[in-house]
Amino acid sequence: MDYTLLFVQVLNGLQLGLLLFLVASGLTLVFGILDFVNLAHGSIYMFGAFIGASLTLLLGNFLLAVVIAVPLTGVLGYGIERLLARNLYDKDHLDHVLGSFGLILVLDTAAHMIWGPAGISVPLPAWLDGQVELFAGAVIPTYRLLIIAVGLAVAGGLLWLVNYTKLGMLIRAGASNRTMVSALGIDIQTLFALVFALGAMLAGLAGMLIAPITTASIGMGGQIIITTFVVIIIGGIGSMKGAFIGAIIIGLIDTLGRSFLDQLFELFMSESAAETAAPAVSAMMIYILMAAVLAVRPQGLFPPKVR
Amino acid sequence: MGKITKIGWVTAIGMVALAVLPPFFLMTGQAFYLDLATRLVILAIAAVSLNLILGFGGMVSFGHAAFIGLGAYAVGIPAHHATWGGFDLIASYNGLLHLALAIGISALFALITGAISLRTKGVYFIMITMAFGQMAFFLFQSLDVYNGDDGLTIDVRSELPWINLDEPLQLYGLAYVSLVVAMLLTRMIVNSRFGMVLQGAKGNDERMVTLGFNTYFYRLTAYVISGAMCGYSGFLLGNFTTFISPDMMHWTRSGELMFMVILGGASTMFGPVLGSSVFILVEELFSHFTVFWHLPFGLMLIGVVLFIRGGLMGLFKGKRG
Repeated sequence: MDYTLLFVQVLNGLQLGLLLFLVASGLTLVFGILDFVNLAHGSIYMFGAFIGASLTLLLGNFLLAVVIAVPLTGVLGYGIERLLARNLYDKDHLDHVLGSFGLILVLDTAAHMIWGPAGISVPLPAWLDGQVELFAGAVIPTYRLLIIAVGLAVAGGLLWLVNYTKLGMLIRAGASNRTMVSALGIDIQTLFALVFALGAMLAGLAGMLIAPITTASIGMGGQIIITTFVVIIIGGIGSMKGAFIGAIIIGLIDTLGRSFLDQLFELFMSESAAETAAPAVSAMMIYILMAAVLAVRPQGLFPPKVR
Repeated sequence: MGKITKIGWVTAIGMVALAVLPPFFLMTGQAFYLDLATRLVILAIAAVSLNLILGFGGMVSFGHAAFIGLGAYAVGIPAHHATWGGFDLIASYNGLLHLALAIGISALFALITGAISLRTKGVYFIMITMAFGQMAFFLFQSLDVYNGDDGLTIDVRSELPWINLDEPLQLYGLAYVSLVVAMLLTRMIVNSRFGMVLQGAKGNDERMVTLGFNTYFYRLTAYVISGAMCGYSGFLLGNFTTFISPDMMHWTRSGELMFMVILGGASTMFGPVLGSSVFILVEELFSHFTVFWHLPFGLMLIGVVLFIRGGLMGLFKGKRG
C-alpha cells in the first residue's frame, strides 16, 4: 500500500471532516437550543459561498472578502430567524421541515436570480494557491492546510465560547431549560436570534472556504445538508462534541472509501467486480455506517444529556 | 350515515372529475392535459401511500421518493437488459415481472430501512429516512451500468395482459383505477383493528405499549405496506415517462411528496389526492410565467405551513372539525 498517498488522503479526509463540522456545528447548535430543524441550513452555506465569491471578485482579496462576508451571512441568518423560524418554534418538527423546505426553494431561486445559473469560481491569492511538500512525496495544496487550520481554530473557539463565556453559559442553560432561563430575566428571543445567526455564520464560512475548491453553485446546499444530517445523527443531535467527532469520522470514511475501497475489494474479488462494486459501496458507505451506529445506539454516539 | 358530508362531496366531485376530464381532454385533442393528469394521478398514489404512515401512523418519512425510484428502476432495468442483453435472470418486458419486482424490492427496502429507522423517533426518524432515501439516490447515481446520473430510457413499456400501456388513455385508466384501489385499501387498513392500533400509537405510544401492543411491529408493517404501494406508483411512473434517473429519488422529490400530503390534509382519504392535484397544477401554472417559479412556489409552501391548519381538506371540515 502507498503510505504517502494514504497520508495525503487522511489529510483530505480531515479537511472534509472539518468543513462538515462547520456546517454541522451550526445545525446542531440551532437544534439543540432552539429545537428547530433547519433544512435550509445548506442554503445558507450556499449563500455564504456566493457572497464570498462576489466580494472576492469585487475586492480582489479573498481573505478580506471572507472577513466581510461572514457577518453578512450572520445577518441573513438573523433575518431568517426573525421572519420565519420564530413563527415555527411552537409548531412540530414536521412544520419546521416543510417551512424550511419552502425556504430552500426561495433561497436557491434567489441565488439563481442574483448570480445566474452557472457557478462562480473563486480565485485564490498566490500565497494560498501553491502546494506544500510536507515530506518526500507528500504534496498537499496549501489551501487545504488552511481549511484544516481554520476548522480546528473554529472548533476550539466554539468550545471556548460554549464552555467559558457568559453567552455560552446562557446557551447551555437555554438548551436544558429555556423556560427557566427566560424566567430568570434573560431575553430568550434575542438569545435565540443570536444563536441562529451564529449557526448561519458557521455555515456561511464553510461555504466561503469550499468555494475556491469547488466553485460556488446553486446545488451545493442540497448536497451538503444530507451529509450534515448523517454527521449529527451519528454524533447525537444537539451535541457539539458529537458533531465534531461525527464530522471527522464521516470526512475520513468518505474520502478514504472513495480512494481505497477498490484496492480493498480486489483482495477478495476480481478486478472488474471490484471496479463495479467499489463506487456503489463507497457512495453508500456513510449511510451504512449511520445505520450501524443507530442499530447499536439509536440516539447517536454522544446524545446530549438533557432532552 | 345518511347525509353526505362536505368532505364526502369534495371527494366525490374530485374523483368524478379525475375520471371524466382526462378522456375529455384527449377527445378534444388536448393530449397535453391527459399527460398532466396521468402524472398527477400517479403522484397521488405515492402521496396516498405516504399518508398511510405520515397521516395515520405519525411517521414523518422524508425518503419516500426512493420507493418511486426503485419501482421505476424495476421497470427500467429488466427492460434495459431485454433490449441490450445481460442479466438473463430478469431481462424481460413482462409487466407482471416488473410489477412483482417493483413491489417486492420496495417492500424489502422498506423492511430493512424501516427496521432501523423505526428504532428512533421524531427528528431522528425524519433525518434517517431522508438519509436512506439519499443512499438509494447515490447508489443509482454510482451505477455506471445503468448510465448513473444520466438515467435510463425505457424503449419498450411493460407488457401487461389486457392493457396496452403504449395507449395513453389505457395507461391513465390503469393509474386511475390504481388510485381508487389505493384509497380503498388505505381506508380498509385504517378502519381495521390494525389501523386502530396504528393510530392509537400515533396518539400515545406509551399507552398502546402498556395495553400490550408491540407498536414497533405495527409501525414496521405499515411502513412496508406504504413502501410497496409507493413502489407500485414508481412502476406506473416509469412506464409513463419512459425515462428514469436517480433524480426521481432525490430528497427534494420526497419533500414535494410530503408537501402534497400536508397541503391536501394529512390523515384524510382525499387529502393527498387534492394536495397532489393542487401541487401539480400550481407548479404547471407558475412555471408558465417565469423560470424563477420556485420562488413564489416556496413562498406558497411557507404560507401553507404558517397559516393553513389541517391542509385544504381542513377548510371543508366545518367549524367543529
